[in-house]
Amino acid sequence: MTTSISIRNVTQSFRDRTTGGEFVALDDVSLEVPAGEFLTLVGPSGCGKSTLLDLVAGLTRPTRGEVTLDGRPITGPGLDRGVVFQQYALFPWRTALANVEFGLEEKKVPRRERQERAREVLDLVGLSAFADRYPHELSGGMKQRVAIARSLAYEPAVLLMDEPYAALDAQTREALQDDLLGIWRRTGATVLFITHGIEEAVYLGQRVAVMTSRPGRIKAIVDIDLPEAGDGEDRRSTPAFVERRHHIWQLLRDEVRRSLDNQHTPVAV
Amino acid sequence: MSDTTTDLRVALDPEPASTPSSVPSPRRAEEGRGTTPVAVLARRTPVARAVGRGLTVALKRVIAVVAFLALWQVAPQAGWVEPAFLPPFTTVIQALGRLISDGTLWTDIVASLHRSLTGFVVANAIAIPLGLLIAWYRTAADVLSPLLTVFLNTAAVALIPVFTLILGIGDFSKIAMITYACFWVVLFNTISGARNVDPLLVKSARSLGLSQLSLFRKVVLPAAVPTIFTGVRLSGAASMMVLITTEFVGAKAGLGYLIISAQNNFQIPEMYAGILTISVIGVGFNFLLLLLERRFSRWRP
Repeated sequence: MTTSISIRNVTQSFRDRTTGGEFVALDDVSLEVPAGEFLTLVGPSGCGKSTLLDLVAGLTRPTRGEVTLDGRPITGPGLDRGVVFQQYALFPWRTALANVEFGLEEKKVPRRERQERAREVLDLVGLSAFADRYPHELSGGMKQRVAIARSLAYEPAVLLMDEPYAALDAQTREALQDDLLGIWRRTGATVLFITHGIEEAVYLGQRVAVMTSRPGRIKAIVDIDLPEAGDGEDRRSTPAFVERRHHIWQLLRDEVRRSLDNQHTPVAV
Repeated sequence: MSDTTTDLRVALDPEPASTPSSVPSPRRAEEGRGTTPVAVLARRTPVARAVGRGLTVALKRVIAVVAFLALWQVAPQAGWVEPAFLPPFTTVIQALGRLISDGTLWTDIVASLHRSLTGFVVANAIAIPLGLLIAWYRTAADVLSPLLTVFLNTAAVALIPVFTLILGIGDFSKIAMITYACFWVVLFNTISGARNVDPLLVKSARSLGLSQLSLFRKVVLPAAVPTIFTGVRLSGAASMMVLITTEFVGAKAGLGYLIISAQNNFQIPEMYAGILTISVIGVGFNFLLLLLERRFSRWRP
């Protein structure tokens, strides 16, 4: 059921629409995510995190290099992977339940079974009472839970999450983080989670991959490996957590500064 | 490009999407239960309150129309305007009664509705599928959209002489004219609805591995429905406008014919009765389409 992701020497470049030149989003990126691992990816904005995720999702093809799942090259999108976007991307004309059913319809699951399964998954994310609501009747946190349920419903072996909690308030975000860890432990899926929050990356990931600013490269991979926190203890305030967080902060600091400098090149100092 | 659509929509929408609800709130009911009967009576029951609120809403909606009709009644009677040119409202209603009882109004309504509905249905039946097809082929949409803008913004009635020249003044020519007038606004809205689907939704559906056809059927089409319906509703208004204009020339029946022939014979109350009928049909038609539109866009906030 679990699947490993392997990104080997991937370069992705696009034609710049304004200058007509080529701009390199990812430069020779290699990253191995073993089956069942929860890997978080942090980097300054515009470093190519989402580009990398699109490649694994099969939405785009790399200019050079290859991306494989369990050794098989990715040829396009598929139901073996589930993608969760920051802006939820729910279909507004479908109720929460019908949104969750969407992927199951593609998988040709019979209607009765589809509804049952969708209800189960909505229950898993704690939204069974809101099955018949349309997205505009749900809060941001609820929408994101529906989006996650939609991806979980068809049981993908790989979950790809592109800053899914960035638009949520702190309390909701922490609740959803714990939900996600629970779901991950239960399903054993391989998770590639993109974020710009260092704390979120350390809290969720077994390992944290730090990317450089443009062109994106993998700068470092940090093992988190924190001791389990005791009951009622906030894992975020343990010394080990703080130490990892600071380490990644230092790694990122230079990159963020560099990315800001790049944006302001015309200004002579 | 879509600005035109929005402007038209705003201009022709008689009321914004919000509908005030007159549902009694449960909390008020609870308040009533906890207090003494005297207090309840003094404060009015929730039902009475709801009825009162409903009446207020109804009053707000009709007050302007009633005031307009009152002005229509009083202005000729008081001599502010020449009654021969603008008879009082009640005189017009009497004329309307005569037209109804001798059956001519019914004949004219049937003739008119036959023309406008045929044109309206034919135009929509062609324009919606064609619009979806054009939207699907990005290049086709890019190439055609400037031309469409020209057609959309050329007043359809300007082409009446052309239709008369080629197709004569018979029913076929009139229906063709109405079809033409309805066609562009539906086509334009269908294309823009199908093209302006949130790219993130398309991306999200693609990430699920949807085929091009399912993507169209399950994402593009439902997302475009509200915009398409706006076009349908606007074409309903266009069909009424062009109908009357075409019936001014070379018709033997129809509301346009009724109006113009009444004017020619100086039967001024009958002329206004015809205009009033058109207005009622126009409002009714728009209302029906609006209901249909709401039915299909329930998911919109």
